[in-house]
Amino acid sequence: MTYVDGNALAGPLREIFAVDLTAASGQCVACGQTGPVAALRVYTSAPGLVARCPGCDEVVLRLVRGPSGAWLDLRGCVSLQIPL
Amino acid sequence: MARTALPGRLTWRVATLSSLHDETATARSLVFDVPGWPGHLAGQHVDVRLTAEDGYSAQRSYSLASATDGDRVELTVQKVPDGEVSPYLGDVLKPGDQVELRGPVGGWFVWRPTDTAPVLLVAGGSGIVPLMAMIRARRAASSRVPFRLIYSARTPDDVLYAAELRRLEGGLDVSYVFTRAGGQRRRIGVADVNTHGWPADFQPDCFVCGPTGFVETVADILVALGHEPRKVKTERFGPTGG
Repeated sequence: MTYVDGNALAGPLREIFAVDLTAASGQCVACGQTGPVAALRVYTSAPGLVARCPGCDEVVLRLVRGPSGAWLDLRGCVSLQIPL
Repeated sequence: MARTALPGRLTWRVATLSSLHDETATARSLVFDVPGWPGHLAGQHVDVRLTAEDGYSAQRSYSLASATDGDRVELTVQKVPDGEVSPYLGDVLKPGDQVELRGPVGGWFVWRPTDTAPVLLVAGGSGIVPLMAMIRARRAASSRVPFRLIYSARTPDDVLYAAELRRLEGGLDVSYVFTRAGGQRRRIGVADVNTHGWPADFQPDCFVCGPTGFVETVADILVALGHEPRKVKTERFGPTGG
């Protein structure tokens, strides 16, 4: 299946957060790899956006936008370091 | 980021097409007037939303092609056959028409005129668009940071911004890799990147944009040549296409 990269999350995440999160650095729960959100592998053919770790392919983040709200699932992310 | 961070949430704005011009047989640049545009950094992109009369809407991301310039926003759209949005933007939209647009977004794959490291840009196909914004931003800022561009395209006829790139510009070196020219098929390789890029010792900022396979090939080559992975920033064709 084809994917794009985490840069594609910039618009959907900026709809929720006041700062850009694609430049934030996150750590994967599964393998511990650290890298920018922009480097995640994003699959867009699901009902929402599914971002996987480029190191181990585990799900790091899921985002679904409905008509009246958004669901953000950060289950695969230990923490995010956000440049401010 | 601070300069472009918008207060509050990102919202849709109305953009009015002011002019358009063909870049190649299959790509067109669109210049929009977006009142209240907050400015952007080279490498950022926008989301464009089209809504049909029956309420159906489709949304795509496009890289900004221009340096920031008041309320003027320029995109270059590569027409994707069977695409849902790009044929409309590329063929149907005419000056005076309006679309919805939000942005700028993205704070990672960006070049700032205050950056001082040498820059290597590697483009595959329409991956040139955000890299052209960096070249234009460098020019707009009269920056003396040395830039090198390696541009992979199918044939010379597929080169976007060809006339602008042919003009000599101090501190900007441009080289091409043609993948389908003269009946031959080739791909960008170690020799292209090694010959036309910067030595890793110079610690350049590397920006690679193109289709997924191209980006991964070039990123692997750069790392193998000794560039630090954190200095190699990539963008896979999210912000184009469709």
